Amino acid sequence: MNIIEPLVKIALILLINLTTVAYLVYTERRVSAFIQNRVGPNRVGPMGLLQPVADIVKLFFKEDIVPTAANKFVHSLAPLISLIVALSTFAVIPFGNTIHLFGRDIKLMIADVNVGLLYLLALSSLGVYGITLSGWSSNNKYSLLGGLRSSAQMISYELSMGLSIIGVLMIAGSLQLDKIVVHQGNYLGGFLPAWNIFLQPLGFITFVVAYFAETNRLPFDLPEAEPELVGGYHTEYSGMKFGLFFLAEYANMITASAVITTLYLGGWQFPFIENFGFSPLAVSLLQVAAFGVKVALVLLFFIIVRWTIPRFRYDQLMNLGWKVMLPLAVLNIIITGFFILV
Amino acid sequence: MNSERSTIIRKKDLSLWERMYIPEIVKGMKLTIRQMFAPTFTTQYPDERFQPPASFRGRPVLVEENGVERCVACGLCSRVCPALAIEVQAGETELGKERYPEKFEINMIRCIFCGFCEEVCPEEAIIMSQEYELAFTKPQDALFGKDKLVVPIEKVQTRLNFLRANR
Repeated sequence: MNIIEPLVKIALILLINLTTVAYLVYTERRVSAFIQNRVGPNRVGPMGLLQPVADIVKLFFKEDIVPTAANKFVHSLAPLISLIVALSTFAVIPFGNTIHLFGRDIKLMIADVNVGLLYLLALSSLGVYGITLSGWSSNNKYSLLGGLRSSAQMISYELSMGLSIIGVLMIAGSLQLDKIVVHQGNYLGGFLPAWNIFLQPLGFITFVVAYFAETNRLPFDLPEAEPELVGGYHTEYSGMKFGLFFLAEYANMITASAVITTLYLGGWQFPFIENFGFSPLAVSLLQVAAFGVKVALVLLFFIIVRWTIPRFRYDQLMNLGWKVMLPLAVLNIIITGFFILV
Repeated sequence: MNSERSTIIRKKDLSLWERMYIPEIVKGMKLTIRQMFAPTFTTQYPDERFQPPASFRGRPVLVEENGVERCVACGLCSRVCPALAIEVQAGETELGKERYPEKFEINMIRCIFCGFCEEVCPEEAIIMSQEYELAFTKPQDALFGKDKLVVPIEKVQTRLNFLRANR
């Protein structure tokens, strides 16, 4: 009995995650089209809603080309690392409060690890291995440059990311993501939900910027900067292996949104829900819905930012990472510490 | 940097507000979000078709008036064609114009739609139509003979009016 519950949760999360990935790609194409006064995919199915299916089928039927000079084992391993890391980060994210179903209390997260925050940091930095290894194993100068850029970028931004999380940690006093969310259920002055975005806006900004760099999203997508590096780390990938990288990138985006929501936007907290007098089950479901809506909004933010801001130059990226982000993150810790003491 | 040949274009340095970057990002995002609700420019091609203006130079056609093409096979179009796409062979006819094109062939692979043939024609016999859907599956299909080129005058009246108005 004890093993079925986590298995069901894992299956459910994987299913939801992968569907969201497929439709995230569709949304991104549509939104970018609207931003550029185009229409976007609207041919396959009603409003183009079956486009993701067509894309996936196409990717499966494409020829899988491995370069002769490539290290075949690592070349196949790299996309798997990327995807597995991207998906498994979701294991510690609480997507709802404890729900009472079938006479049992079910905690709506796969693994309630007491070092959830550390697990999250560890896995998100593991993702760089997939990219770096793919760049190295392709035996192609552009891929290698992409991989190297990615690792340099990750190391630079991991620091400010970790430091901005410390602010959250100091407020919540726990590494457990569930406790961090519960802590955000209070109210400031009786009307403002005590989400960490209001408690430490500076930390929020540095964290979001660092996470953009971490997921290789546009202002920081130097590992795959197509005007300079052909395709970057996935130049030599084709077929479903490329598809896995694609999937990993978007799965990372979802994870990033979920993490941002959990740490700064109050997770599954639905402000003032206790005043409406719903039944406990409805409250739990509404909280899950609130989590979904928040994640969706952050995803939309990711997409709009991508189609708004041009790419950084490499030296600008490093300058921003080391000379601006790191001091700001440290400043955030000092400010938070000051307020906690006072 | 500032040698004789180069000049500094930037008038002033960015202000602190602009260098903070975040407000400028917000500004940019406001613009992109506004664009999301702007009307699209796309023409849904196979469903909607573009109706070109009269000044459009589509494929060249031969004008047919009273059941006979106007062409007198003078060969000027063939002479002027920069892409050497037109081939004319003249023949005699009992009609008043005395000469008619026995064979008139335009190679649509060579045609560059410059409209010189139309300009040079003394009889207003070859003109650029508004047709633009010109895809072939075989190179032989691109050789347009008289069967495809001769078009009744009613179909090209807008172009003729345009030509007369802008002579």
